[in-house]
Amino acid sequence: MTRALNRYLPLLLLALLWEAATRAGLISKLALPPISEVFIAWFDLLREGDLFANGWSSLYRAGLGLLLAVVVGAAAGIFMAWFRPVNILVGPLIEIFYPLPKSALIPVIAFWLGFGDGSKVLLIFLGCMLPVTIGAFNGARSSEQVLLWSARGMGAGRLRMLWDVVVPSALPELLGGIRTALALSFVLLVTSELISSQKGFGHMIGVLGSGGIYDAMFAVVLTVALLGFIADRLFLRLMRRMLRWQE
Amino acid sequence: MAGIGERSRGARAARAAGGVAARTMSIVLLLILWEALVRSGAVTPFQLPSLVRVVERVGIDAASGELFYNAGLTLYRALAGFAIAGVAGVALGMLIFKSAVARWFFDPIISAGFPMPKVAFLPIIILWFGVYDMPKITMIVIDAIFPVVTATVLGFSGVDRQLIWSARNMGAREPELLWQIMLPAALPQILTGLQVALPVALIIAIATEMLMGGRGLGGAMLEASRMADSPGAFAGLVEMTVLGYAAIKAMALVRRRLLQWHQETQRPSGV
Repeated sequence: MTRALNRYLPLLLLALLWEAATRAGLISKLALPPISEVFIAWFDLLREGDLFANGWSSLYRAGLGLLLAVVVGAAAGIFMAWFRPVNILVGPLIEIFYPLPKSALIPVIAFWLGFGDGSKVLLIFLGCMLPVTIGAFNGARSSEQVLLWSARGMGAGRLRMLWDVVVPSALPELLGGIRTALALSFVLLVTSELISSQKGFGHMIGVLGSGGIYDAMFAVVLTVALLGFIADRLFLRLMRRMLRWQE
Repeated sequence: MAGIGERSRGARAARAAGGVAARTMSIVLLLILWEALVRSGAVTPFQLPSLVRVVERVGIDAASGELFYNAGLTLYRALAGFAIAGVAGVALGMLIFKSAVARWFFDPIISAGFPMPKVAFLPIIILWFGVYDMPKITMIVIDAIFPVVTATVLGFSGVDRQLIWSARNMGAREPELLWQIMLPAALPQILTGLQVALPVALIIAIATEMLMGGRGLGGAMLEASRMADSPGAFAGLVEMTVLGYAAIKAMALVRRRLLQWHQETQRPSGV
């Protein structure tokens, strides 16, 4: 606990500096509300339930999209490494679509599903799938031939080898890909909700910002940023636990 | 000897041709599938306009100069932000590596800031910097700098001790050591960081253009979406795919040029 406090002391100092600069009038309160007022606004939002209602729909969208991306992306990547024809067919498409700035999908998806939950889920699914696929592919491809041979020698069938050898050896890079996708899902979620949405964190930020209620807007922005950070830390922990067998 | 060289060169050319053929095949298949889907009537032309119309639209955009103006603007913003993030990120990374105070101060900021969805700060950036190029480039810098800083710190920390010792032994002073020995040794890592940062810069450039409106590919696409102009939006998607692909390939080329001396380049590439 003390160590964590020590480690994050600079962040605390920045927060104090923020408070002091705004209180002393060095920075206009219109440009930067004091952090204490942001906290008060945050508690108000929490008490009135706005934060929960909007947060729930945001997390639902990001979670579902990400879940689909992980399931489909991991399966696609492993099969690409396992069956050559799939690789030859799908590989070039991934190479072309990987550099596409994922935010460019937003207007096109609006033609398919409008601006509701479905459009956000689809956007996050499509945007997050490629990093997962590439991670799974690279990981599965790197599974050692010796392991595969000995598995075969011991009489493992193809499916058994896939599950017992290829999937575990793909795991480190697959999890790395999922971590990238996790960060990307937040970016896509916030962007698409800011552009057009009836609920969610992005919607709240937009409404509060255009209404000039900056302390509350800052509160929501910081909430989203903090959630992104916490999600990453939790995933990192899960990742370490799942990869413990490696050492 | 010459015969062997020639044969292997011929074989390599044949393999490359085969690779290109396989590659084009799957893309052609995708395009055929697209057109077939439209013709079959399973989707409305609004949901997926015909390929011919989209290509026509790209042609019209190109002929009117609109395409080059918008693409140039988007690329300018992305690259300006990317360049600032690159230079500042490497400088900050070196500072963190050299100074314990800088490390103490920036380490929690970097490790907490990296996974945050920084695009959420956009309304604040707009509040401070208005809606023109400045906030867009600022946002791109904020997003793209993190991978560069972490890669630079990692690169410098990973420099072989023996290399540093021998340089010191041969009389290299601190600045020489830093610029002539450590920076080149850390370069592969730094370039990897830049290769992560470039797509980030493009994503954020497009996203900020969409969120603020105005010119640029992102703005044009959102405009098309608002006007329910579906060929326009799909044309934008095609244009951005090409732009993103070109940017990534150019970056890979730069890496190969800069690392010509490195064993990574001499090794035949796997992919």
